[in-house]
Amino acid sequence: MAATSHRTPRWLYLVLTVGLVVTVLPFVWMVLGSFKPDAEVRAGDTFWPADGSLDNYGTLFSRLDFPRFFLNSAVVALAVTAGNMVFCSMLGYALAKLRFPGSRVLFALVLGTLMVPGVVTFVPLFVLTTNLGLTDTLLGMILPFVAGPFGVFLMRQYVLGLPDELIEAARVDGAGELRIFFSVILPLCGPALATLGVLTFLSSWNNFLWPLVVATSEDRYTLPVALALYAVGENATRYGLLLAGSVVVVIPVIAVFLLLQRYIMQGIATTGFK
Amino acid sequence: MPSTRTVDPTRRRQAVAAWVLALPFTLVFLVFTAGPVVASLAMSFTDIRRTDVRTPFNVNFVGLENFAALLGDETFRKVTVNTFLYLVLGVPLTMVVALAVAVALNRVTRLRGFFRVGFYLPVVTSIVAVSVVWKFLYREGTGFNSVLAWVGIDGPAWLDSTSLALPSLVVMAVWRNFGTLTVIFLAGLQTVPKDVLEAAEVDGAGAWQRFRAVTLPMLQPVLLFGAVITGIGYLQFFEEAFVMTEGGPLNSTRSVSYFTFDQFGFGNWGYAAAASYLLFLAVVLLTALQFRLLRQRD
Repeated sequence: MAATSHRTPRWLYLVLTVGLVVTVLPFVWMVLGSFKPDAEVRAGDTFWPADGSLDNYGTLFSRLDFPRFFLNSAVVALAVTAGNMVFCSMLGYALAKLRFPGSRVLFALVLGTLMVPGVVTFVPLFVLTTNLGLTDTLLGMILPFVAGPFGVFLMRQYVLGLPDELIEAARVDGAGELRIFFSVILPLCGPALATLGVLTFLSSWNNFLWPLVVATSEDRYTLPVALALYAVGENATRYGLLLAGSVVVVIPVIAVFLLLQRYIMQGIATTGFK
Repeated sequence: MPSTRTVDPTRRRQAVAAWVLALPFTLVFLVFTAGPVVASLAMSFTDIRRTDVRTPFNVNFVGLENFAALLGDETFRKVTVNTFLYLVLGVPLTMVVALAVAVALNRVTRLRGFFRVGFYLPVVTSIVAVSVVWKFLYREGTGFNSVLAWVGIDGPAWLDSTSLALPSLVVMAVWRNFGTLTVIFLAGLQTVPKDVLEAAEVDGAGAWQRFRAVTLPMLQPVLLFGAVITGIGYLQFFEEAFVMTEGGPLNSTRSVSYFTFDQFGFGNWGYAAAASYLLFLAVVLLTALQFRLLRQRD
């Protein structure tokens, strides 16, 4: 009966399933609660909505300015993602395959800022954006994040794995250096770009501290900023409403993740970072 | 005058192309990341306040005054202790949960990908949004306490207690964070050679002994790496406390990051920069410790 020890025991599936249910339950509770009136959420005696309606969503999207916050979040996240995909792939390739003066210093500099906490830079960044006239603008939220060290690290690691012969063959054929990057290397970077794109989009969508500092008027709030300020402000007791707000923040991200989770898992495997 | 050094034209073209590719990133990076890292350090030695925003070079150098003031600041001492508590409670708990789940997933043959995605789900969601959800789950009468009420326990007001609020936030953070480590640990577990484990089994080692004597030692670098990146995360604890407790009750959940944000809000920018640099120092020390331990092992 030696073989039995290598088969997966049934109880393990049971344990994992229970663990998974516990992990996902707060999201289920959030979604169900978003259909309940505030009082029903606060009473806490129902799991399934007894008096379910879309009223909370109606309030979010017509009385409050959630379409605007959603749009702000989307614009910022898409711009930050596009910027990182372009800038980081260019530098990542240069660092991985080209020899140029200053490359070691540049790479050390980029790696050195990988671990810098956000609170270290936000005060001088605020001075800078104020003097550039970018406070309370979406551009002011985007610019500090369009060239992140993580993307350079990821793209460099990936391009290092591509064979040098490809580049040399293109050089023999007479292709210029920039042409080699755009028409030989970049088309091969699909998986790495996808990973970088998904991870950057998620972290930008969820970003909180900097948008909170830069957005001074409600028109410029991103979703997390709006949600956090409502949650600690005069709407703090509007439980149903705030749960609906959380759904609006969380569900698009879960959808993106479920569709593209392959690339996220690859990213963790190649870099060890989320 | 013609140069006496001949430069290989291919190398030269390469260098020019490389800088063309590197330049856009480098410019934005210097202005918006590297510059502020240096500026923040410079600010920490000055008395810059909000009123100086248009004239940041017009402020006074005060040496180590901000740092000295921080050491004597009772609130700063409190938030330092809290941040330390987030670190020492959060890291081991996250590691244990993540490792247990990873070990279980590693033994499963079917549905592994499905479970992995499920356990990773909280990681991708906004901390602000999940903090709103958990804030309500912790409230009296709702969520957890209504579950406790079914089994006849009258649950406490988790977030209103100076002793329970911080651990309650840690539990939520563990739930939010363990998925990352699970994925990393699972990848590590798959590199543990099967034949070594089988040899140990033939020698009569039980499952627990095999885990202790074979799996754990081989997993050590991965565990160390996991501990450090998790630790760096807990050192920067902020959003959870901002949404769930606003740092209270009585500053019992306020962290160093939160303190920095507060001082920024009060207009004490030099003071805020100094506090943020002490946090940065802690992150650097933690990272250095990782490299040190890894080298010792080799």
